[in-house]
Amino acid sequence: MLQLVLFNVTNGLIIGAFYVLMALGLSLILNLSNVINFAHGNFLALGGYIAFVLTPFIGFWGALLVSPILTAVFGFLIERVLIRRVYARDPVYSLLLTFGLAFIMQDACRYIWGPNGLPMTIPDGLAAPISPDLFFITWYRIFMVAIVIGAVAGLFAFLRYTRVGIRIRAGTLDLDTVAALGVNVGMLRSFNFAVGSLLAGLAGVLAAGQIGLNPNMGDDLLMPSFIAIIVGGVGSLTGTLLGGLLIGVAGALTTVFWPAASEAVIYVIMLLVLIVRPRGLLGEEGMMT
Amino acid sequence: MTAATVSPNTQTGTARPWLTAAIVWALLLTVPFWLPMLGGYTALAARVLVFGLAAMSFNLLLGFTGVMSFGHAAYFGLGAYGAGLTLKYIAASTPLAILAGILLGGLAGTLFGLFIVRRRGVYFAMVTVAFGQIAFYVAYSWDSLTGGYDGLRGFSRAPLHLGPLTLDIVNNDKIFYYFLLAVFAIATGLQGLLLASPFGRTLLAIRENERRARFLGIPVERHIWMSFSISCCFTALAGALYALLNNFADPMGLHYSLSGEIVIMAVMGGMRAFWGPLAGAALFVILQDTISSMTVNWMSFVGLIFVLVVLFFPRGMLGIFQKGTGK
Amino acid sequence: MISSAHIAIRRRALLKSSLAITALAAPPIIAARGETPVRIGMVDPLTGILSALAASEVEGARYTVDLLNKRNGILGRPIELLVEDSANDVGTGVQKTRKLIERDKVDVVFGDVNSGIAYAMSQVTNELKVFQIVPGGHTDPITGTDCKWNVFRICNTTSMDAAAVTGNLVKRFGKKFFFVTPDYAYGHTLQDRFVKNLKALGGEFQAELLPINTSEYSATLIKAKAYKPDVLLNNMGGLAQINCMKQFIQFGMQKEMALGGALYELESIKSVPKDAQAGTWDMEWWWNQPNVPEVATFVGDFRKATGKTPSARHWFGYVAVQSVRLAAEKAKSLEGPKLALAMEDMDLPPDVALQPGRVYYRAGDHQLMSNIFVGDAHPPTGSPDDVFTVTSVVPGETAAGPVSETGCKMVHPA
Repeated sequence: MLQLVLFNVTNGLIIGAFYVLMALGLSLILNLSNVINFAHGNFLALGGYIAFVLTPFIGFWGALLVSPILTAVFGFLIERVLIRRVYARDPVYSLLLTFGLAFIMQDACRYIWGPNGLPMTIPDGLAAPISPDLFFITWYRIFMVAIVIGAVAGLFAFLRYTRVGIRIRAGTLDLDTVAALGVNVGMLRSFNFAVGSLLAGLAGVLAAGQIGLNPNMGDDLLMPSFIAIIVGGVGSLTGTLLGGLLIGVAGALTTVFWPAASEAVIYVIMLLVLIVRPRGLLGEEGMMT
Repeated sequence: MTAATVSPNTQTGTARPWLTAAIVWALLLTVPFWLPMLGGYTALAARVLVFGLAAMSFNLLLGFTGVMSFGHAAYFGLGAYGAGLTLKYIAASTPLAILAGILLGGLAGTLFGLFIVRRRGVYFAMVTVAFGQIAFYVAYSWDSLTGGYDGLRGFSRAPLHLGPLTLDIVNNDKIFYYFLLAVFAIATGLQGLLLASPFGRTLLAIRENERRARFLGIPVERHIWMSFSISCCFTALAGALYALLNNFADPMGLHYSLSGEIVIMAVMGGMRAFWGPLAGAALFVILQDTISSMTVNWMSFVGLIFVLVVLFFPRGMLGIFQKGTGK
Repeated sequence: MISSAHIAIRRRALLKSSLAITALAAPPIIAARGETPVRIGMVDPLTGILSALAASEVEGARYTVDLLNKRNGILGRPIELLVEDSANDVGTGVQKTRKLIERDKVDVVFGDVNSGIAYAMSQVTNELKVFQIVPGGHTDPITGTDCKWNVFRICNTTSMDAAAVTGNLVKRFGKKFFFVTPDYAYGHTLQDRFVKNLKALGGEFQAELLPINTSEYSATLIKAKAYKPDVLLNNMGGLAQINCMKQFIQFGMQKEMALGGALYELESIKSVPKDAQAGTWDMEWWWNQPNVPEVATFVGDFRKATGKTPSARHWFGYVAVQSVRLAAEKAKSLEGPKLALAMEDMDLPPDVALQPGRVYYRAGDHQLMSNIFVGDAHPPTGSPDDVFTVTSVVPGETAAGPVSETGCKMVHPA
């Protein structure tokens, strides 16, 4: 039993890593631009599909590199053309805008690539388990976790040590002051949106290798990402990171004891957090109002 | 976080509100006569009424309190399940079913409301979405009671007994339409009275400037909570009617995509106008019905409606006639 | 019995007429004309997770409507197919059904791939006394406890699919099963039926119920491996099913146990990587039946018209339209009650049944009794659609059991 539990904790961390990648991008955009990107799951799908198209030409590794960048460029354009227009307005408009965008993007994926699922081939070596005892951990999972760790470390380093990153963090706390200091806030937000899309695109490529492609593939990940943010505390990226891992592990552990509830458990956790600690694990007081 | 928008024109002192109301009621009362001529059908009008009521109830919160819920499908769906479960397991009584629907959705909303009244803006929206998904998962997973993924079936609305008179709302869809219309009239009448009451005025004050309202000693949280609960009750009523319309309730009626549609109906019609959400619901339901018969890519068109409304008609159809800023 | 010479002649005639049709493709010549069209309304989830299956059903029905319109239509009248998207949502499905009946005045309603919607639609069609065929919604009650005089079903029941494959699995691999089952009505019925058949054969099992769109199976597969079963039964549907199999194969478990389940449709098999094209399953119809000449003709014509190899879903659409024609010709009417009576115990001719043996709508529960093709999925050999090899054909009646066990009590309107 203990072994089963340990297996599943490991497994939960792997799944959680995935939520983290998606939730961090969502969280970045939410913190700086005060926009919940309902289309974030569709950016993920787009990243996966782009990788699918590119793989025959530049291979899996090339696609892993190029696809997130293209997704980021797309995100940048969407922000410049659409999202930017609603920053000054009531939040209801940004919600509706990204909601509509999600519809269009999902339908476009279905139109272009068809309603059927598409298989994504991963390099042969990655598909095998790491050892006969740990048969449930394939190299691909290890590889996914490594990529996520790399991406998260990169993101945190970027926010801490680069000029743009520091501005993004500052803008999260007080955008007006940052603007008053002469920073081009419009460009900062566009860039930030692109970084968020990059993370979604990366998650999309990884997900495609794991679960295959279909137009709705991002939908199931959107809600866990929301919950990761709420549980971790709005405004705190570290919180989002923790929240994602926590619900990943909780889901996996529930699978051991009560499999049918493994999806519902994350909502229970959110409920508990909101009752006991409404601002989330690492949320700043006041950030959520 | 809520953009304190200014629209001084919510209660015009002129005769225009009466004129609008007269036009609305004249159109609604004569639906079965003119709709078939325009290629519509009675069930479509019934759907417009149900979603119109849902959008108007939701708008008590968005348009008249200034709080943005993105999880109202939960209360709509709970209303539907409340009605359905009553008809299936308790008694074949339509009024009882409606009452149970209101109770279930309203109580859930009142309880959830306690946790979230301190949130504002996008965070309020996010928490309401997540709460909505809890309801979704309960309905989805509690197979033995709700029928799970397949939905709750095996119930049917019952004929209405009014003293010696029996209304056959089961098989005659025109009578059922007028039954819906009567319920709709009562509900919107109550909403109108509520907004005209001191309580309603206070909600407007909170919407216009929450901080000032707070300084005036208004218990803002309590008012928002009450407004949220009332809005949920009416939305649950709409959901109960939806269950009666379909003789069915299923988890998709609780899903957040429906929440999004309720919001767009309110915004598209004009969230600052009392009848706006009804107009929005009518346009949305009819457009969706028409487009989805013409192309499988209707989702793109619906998405496009969202985008266009946000970018070019933020004040909605009825909002165009109103003064004030369109923010 | 049809002699082979007879078939050869008919086949040639068919071939000739189809050539003629291709030659005259534009403008379309409609033999049946001058009359008000027979209207068939079809409600299917063209968007949402079932869209791939729905698209095939609609394509099958469209193909057949075009085919019949070039001949004699139905009762000499041309056929018009009105397709509506249920968006995999019950409310929308019901709404669209009412629209088709009230506004478009359709004579017949088809749908839906989603059993929940199919059932909700049947409440409407029953209330309005319109004839309905459910081409591809599987849950038992539609032709069981909730059967209705006006509703017929083409695809098998969940129970039939389970019953057909169990014997095959036990015979080939052993009688210790591990179930991976989605936690909703369909999954429960499927598993119950498997268990019933397995117990009758003296087997044992362990089961795991999972949320319906689970994408992560490692925890479950760890348990499965510990149980050391002969067969892992994958009852999940759609994408969830595929992910379960992929992980099963990736974990190398196929070396220790067999894999199988009820349905693994052509649409699904073709959408997965090679390593997930495995296991023992049911096909409700299969395009490669060398011993039935009508099938080759049909597949050839269908490929010519659509460029695709027909799947079971295409066949459902084909049979649905053909059944309306046959029943209408028998009843000489399109009125719901008369059509329903004509369909009861109606045999499908070989060029519609497209399989050996007697294929008919059973009067007692309105379920089509058709063969179930049990076999193995594998990576394509030769043509890209050659991904399944039939090992045994189970007659529908054997799998379905007697009407008395379905729970259906058919009541006709007075």
